[in-house]
Amino acid sequence: MKRQIPTLITLVAGLFCLIGFFVPHPAIRTLYDDIQQWVIVIVGATYVLGVANLLRINLGQMSARARDWPFKVVLLVGLIGTTAIGFSEGTHYLDPTSRFTWIYNTFYSSMSSTMFSLLAFFIASAAFRAFRIRSFEALLLAIAAFILMIGRVPIGNAIHPAIPAAADWLMEVPQNAAKRGILIGAALGVVATGIRLILGMERTYGGRGAGGTS
Amino acid sequence: MSPGLSSLKQLDRRWIFLAVALLVVIPLAVGIHIAPVAPSPRTRGFYDAIEKVPSGSTVLLAGDYDPSTVAENYPMHLAAARHLMSRDVKIIGLALYPGGPPLTDQVLRLAAAEYGKKEGIDYVNLGYKAGNELVMSQMGSSIPRTFPVDRRGVPVDQIPVMHGVQNYANFPLLVSISAGYPGTKEWVQQVVSRYHLPMVAGVTAVSAPEYYPYLQTGQLRGLLGGMAGGAEYEVLVKHPALATRGMDAQSLAHVFIALMILLGNLAFLGEDRSRRR
Amino acid sequence: MHVSASPGVWIAALLTLGIFSFLYKDNPVYKFCEHLFVGVSAGYWVVLTYYSSIKPNLIDPLFGVPFAMDRHLLLVIPLVLSLFLFSRFFPRGDWLSRWSIAIILGVYPALRITGFAQGDLVQQIGGSILPFWVPGHPMTSLNNVLLVGGLLATLVFFFFSTEHKGAVGGIARVGVFFLMVSFGASYGYTVMARVSLLIGRVMFLLDTWLGVVRF
Repeated sequence: MKRQIPTLITLVAGLFCLIGFFVPHPAIRTLYDDIQQWVIVIVGATYVLGVANLLRINLGQMSARARDWPFKVVLLVGLIGTTAIGFSEGTHYLDPTSRFTWIYNTFYSSMSSTMFSLLAFFIASAAFRAFRIRSFEALLLAIAAFILMIGRVPIGNAIHPAIPAAADWLMEVPQNAAKRGILIGAALGVVATGIRLILGMERTYGGRGAGGTS
Repeated sequence: MSPGLSSLKQLDRRWIFLAVALLVVIPLAVGIHIAPVAPSPRTRGFYDAIEKVPSGSTVLLAGDYDPSTVAENYPMHLAAARHLMSRDVKIIGLALYPGGPPLTDQVLRLAAAEYGKKEGIDYVNLGYKAGNELVMSQMGSSIPRTFPVDRRGVPVDQIPVMHGVQNYANFPLLVSISAGYPGTKEWVQQVVSRYHLPMVAGVTAVSAPEYYPYLQTGQLRGLLGGMAGGAEYEVLVKHPALATRGMDAQSLAHVFIALMILLGNLAFLGEDRSRRR
Repeated sequence: MHVSASPGVWIAALLTLGIFSFLYKDNPVYKFCEHLFVGVSAGYWVVLTYYSSIKPNLIDPLFGVPFAMDRHLLLVIPLVLSLFLFSRFFPRGDWLSRWSIAIILGVYPALRITGFAQGDLVQQIGGSILPFWVPGHPMTSLNNVLLVGGLLATLVFFFFSTEHKGAVGGIARVGVFFLMVSFGASYGYTVMARVSLLIGRVMFLLDTWLGVVRF
């Protein structure tokens, strides 16, 4: 019973949404819209669940004095402080002069963009240490990479206009052909997996004791 | 193998990090100008699509990115907002990335200040909504039901620019500025394919290659790829800004990384050969 | 040089440098920044999700004034299902959360099936039906041949129900060549993306923080 009901919910919701896509009758379309609006709310709740889980795990690690536990204090102070300040602002939480926006600009935005900017250094290091041209295929990859790297920036045009032209051709013809093949293959895979999910043939989300396919 | 090249094998990667840092900092600090930016046909398609939007109409501008890709997406987002407002096109902005609404706010306020536009009358920021492509699907039925209030918490039926806006049929164009998922791909699948809404996109360089098939089929009318695409667009709207200023540092860094690939292969060439023997 | 006097800018700049310190080696300053980032992000997400999705789409229509006896009552269903999600914190009750996940797992695949089928499958196949000979445009003709040939070769490569031997193997190898060009192009664009993000951060340090240059 505990496993059948979720499978039934998935089947009914999935089939109904598939039918609702093709049938514009108002009675079906109304319920179709309602179900999708409900899921928007439920998805929002999953984000809150994720944060609650983060809170639970880090509180546990902090009280157990696990490795690096002082940093968990920092995490919890950041989480609780930001949440408290945000809720204290009410619906004006994202106004330009609010304290919540200040936290966003000072902490969230600056650290988020810096974290990702670290990748520039690692891609340069990896280009030296890991990019090995050991086969014809790797050589093709390298040539395409060179043409793109130089052709898509102004220095390519300054060296010779043929370089950006070659980069454009590369993107519009051979790259396009391969990407389209991948797109079509992926689309077929998504359709097949989606049908399997709706029909309950993929039960990996079942939790403890569930899983496996049939 | 020359001793110089073989010693490169022991090169501490922190020297490479330092070189990258200097190649980015120095051109930006000193203001080196290597070469002008030349707009590509894809950028021109983006520009022309916005030029064709009738003045006074309302366009959906989706800023689906967050601070992690702000360097690439923010300049093109701002340039698009400026372009639209310069043509007296009203904007309905939204963000399907949680970190997006404040950035959309900044873009719209900045552009509005330059062109004398007023929030609520000429533009609105609907903010964020959880649900990814489900939000896109539901907006096709009813935008007011999906976004009952805007970012400020004001009911949309009290916002003049939202009057008469029910679904995608009310827009002549969708402008998607996106960093990944949910973003341009989902807009194409859920909106362009279903409602045949013309669309242009500005995307991060990482995701740009996968949208070329959509360009070729006409599902996208124009495409800005990365900071380079943003710079090309800034040139077309005659407002060179952040993206254009970054292109010289970008050029030098690219040449450096290309050299690193060559040097790495030369340095390890001898090692590969002896391993094969 | 006009160094910023704003405390927020200084904090942001010091956090930026703290994260960059990881490039030298992992250290407590970086760990501090990393944990602070995770905590602030999580707090931001909770507040944003509540005010952007839960309050306007659930709380206000269900409990707000005026309370209308119509379809809004059905919003009890997502309210209950949302609460069921938190049953995951109770070992005996976590089976209830699967009901909430089940409805998500029904709706999203349905949306994606139609989206991918229409947007990717049908349109992309339609876009691949190209003339092999365009009079007066030999380059376009060649490009069309390469586009269609490359697409078919790539699809043959991904067809694993037949062994890649003989003619099939040869075509699959051609598909590999096209794929390698595609991966090389993706690598080049990835390099551009990563460097751009660093440029953005350096612009903040040089302009907003130190005022060395105006962008």
